[in-house]
Amino acid sequence: MTAALAFLNVPRLVHLSAVDLVIIVFYFAMVLAIGFYLKERANTGEDFFMAGREMTAWIAGLSFLSANLGSLELMGWAGASYQYGILAAHWYWIGAIPAMLFLALVMMPFYYISKTHSVPGYLKLRFGESSRALSSICFAFMTVLMSGINMYSMALVLKIILGWNINVSIWVSSLTVAIYVSLGGLRSAIFNEVLQFILIWGGALLIPILGLVEAGGWSGLKARIAVNASAEYTHMWSTMGHFKDNPMGIHWTGIVFGLAAVISTGYWTTDFLVVQRVLAAKDLRAAKMAPIIGATFKMFVPFIVILPGLLGIALLPMKLMPEAQAVATGGHSYNEVLPLMLARYCGPGLLGLGITALIAGFMSGMAGNVSAFTTVWTYDIYRALIKKDASDRHYVSMGRWSTLGGVIISIGTAYLVIHFKSIMDYVQALFSFFIAPLFATVILGMLWKRASPAGGFWGLLAGTGSSVGMWAWVKLDPTALRYVALSPYARDMAENMYRALWSCLLCAFVTVAVSLATRPKPDAELTGLVYGLTAIPHEEHVSIFHRPAFWAAVVGVVFVALNIIFW
Amino acid sequence: MKAGGSISIWFFVGISLLVNGLLILGAGVYELFHPPQAPVVLFHLHASIWWGGLLALLGAGYCIHFAPGKGRV
Repeated sequence: MTAALAFLNVPRLVHLSAVDLVIIVFYFAMVLAIGFYLKERANTGEDFFMAGREMTAWIAGLSFLSANLGSLELMGWAGASYQYGILAAHWYWIGAIPAMLFLALVMMPFYYISKTHSVPGYLKLRFGESSRALSSICFAFMTVLMSGINMYSMALVLKIILGWNINVSIWVSSLTVAIYVSLGGLRSAIFNEVLQFILIWGGALLIPILGLVEAGGWSGLKARIAVNASAEYTHMWSTMGHFKDNPMGIHWTGIVFGLAAVISTGYWTTDFLVVQRVLAAKDLRAAKMAPIIGATFKMFVPFIVILPGLLGIALLPMKLMPEAQAVATGGHSYNEVLPLMLARYCGPGLLGLGITALIAGFMSGMAGNVSAFTTVWTYDIYRALIKKDASDRHYVSMGRWSTLGGVIISIGTAYLVIHFKSIMDYVQALFSFFIAPLFATVILGMLWKRASPAGGFWGLLAGTGSSVGMWAWVKLDPTALRYVALSPYARDMAENMYRALWSCLLCAFVTVAVSLATRPKPDAELTGLVYGLTAIPHEEHVSIFHRPAFWAAVVGVVFVALNIIFW
Repeated sequence: MKAGGSISIWFFVGISLLVNGLLILGAGVYELFHPPQAPVVLFHLHASIWWGGLLALLGAGYCIHFAPGKGRV
């Protein structure tokens, strides 16, 4: 009781009423109920790890997006838009939409027709065991690390906003995820992600609506931002001619070639965390439509993430600041802009729903990490390297235990981060080490039948190694930034973009060079895996409104229009 | 998409929206008659009432449309 009172008496940004707490408790009860309800449908490996491959395009598409829409994504990018203005929307538009459409139309047929259960599984089929081993071990390691760091960050956010104890937040949220994923497997994770997606929109959509009312519409908002910050904060492309002309310190080539062509395409097409949701679709057309549906909603996520940040610049009475400065001065950091806006407009009930949206975002992101880790661990590491000939039941059991194991390792990582906070500075870079080269390996594997097993492995290793090397070079000698990022004025984000670009290109170069010098797989072994050797079903017999290509074109047109409107 | 053979995910979504909507609507109506001492910005728009009502209506629609046993996916 004393502990509970102490737990409620910590300084906090907002105060919850009884109805807010009821809404939050109801949410936890709901996700657990779904997990228990779905337990009976998770008895085989196909059910537990692939959700029976029976998801509709809508469910797979919303889940695909929801797994990415973590609360750190919401709060971090709202903070970034306060700091950098509308430039942050690049990560939602050019940094996502083309990649999602590319996945749908170009890459999905190969993933789906090969009937692989994972991205490392595709590498095994295409290049062999060594490529799978390298990619699966890197992926499993990074997934639990990311999961733990997200867990710690979320607990920190709940402490700042609500005054909740970090230990309580970490254990309650992560054990809830562990229970519903271990019970119902991927199907439970996907169903909860759909629910969480709806709650995120229900809880967050009111902020931009009321914010625009208060600001006097978009024109009123722009006028206030021009006074409080700079008119450049509401332009996406016109300030990107030079590194020094925009607050992000980035050039348009970094956004187009680094972010859009490499990092984003790599993430959305090869990160198994998101691809797994689409692999669970019921047929190829649903699998192609799912990323297009995801892209449609992704285009409008800036409305609940970027716009609140801009509204914060225009309407909040205080100036937000970097995290370190906020800690030192007792002020508010950029990352608090979303909860500050929530507290500004939301009374009892609405506040509970808004906080539920943040918790739902965290849990959907974590469930995505955990379910992807479980599949890769069980199929690509345990079955491939440790125990090859066990029964399906044994692997399902391993899946359940590895779900719990993944969560416990993540919790351990979260506590590690509490003691070594500098880990957080490195993790984004660590994640990008692998994703950019992996994209080059997978896309060459899908589109070029001459790519050989040796080429795939050595290309991936060279790309990953070069990315780590460039990162270490800049850490040891900061003046190296002028070579890696092409300008001494480049900042962290720009460095990430260019490092990704170079490592991807190097991976592609080594893959091609080694492939040309080594023996490729015979055509018979590449059927269903490579362009030219895969029979892709034609769609002439379906109406235009049922064709993924038509809807991808519609999304593409809206995407171009948005960029022109906010140029 | 059916779960467990009989309940659609959209039914779960409907239940969640309905319950949350009713709770928010109730809190909004209470505040209408007992205004808080420190109201939120734009309190006069009574967002809790119309937003809660909207969520409840949407949730009720989903619950009815995707009720178990109706055969809809």
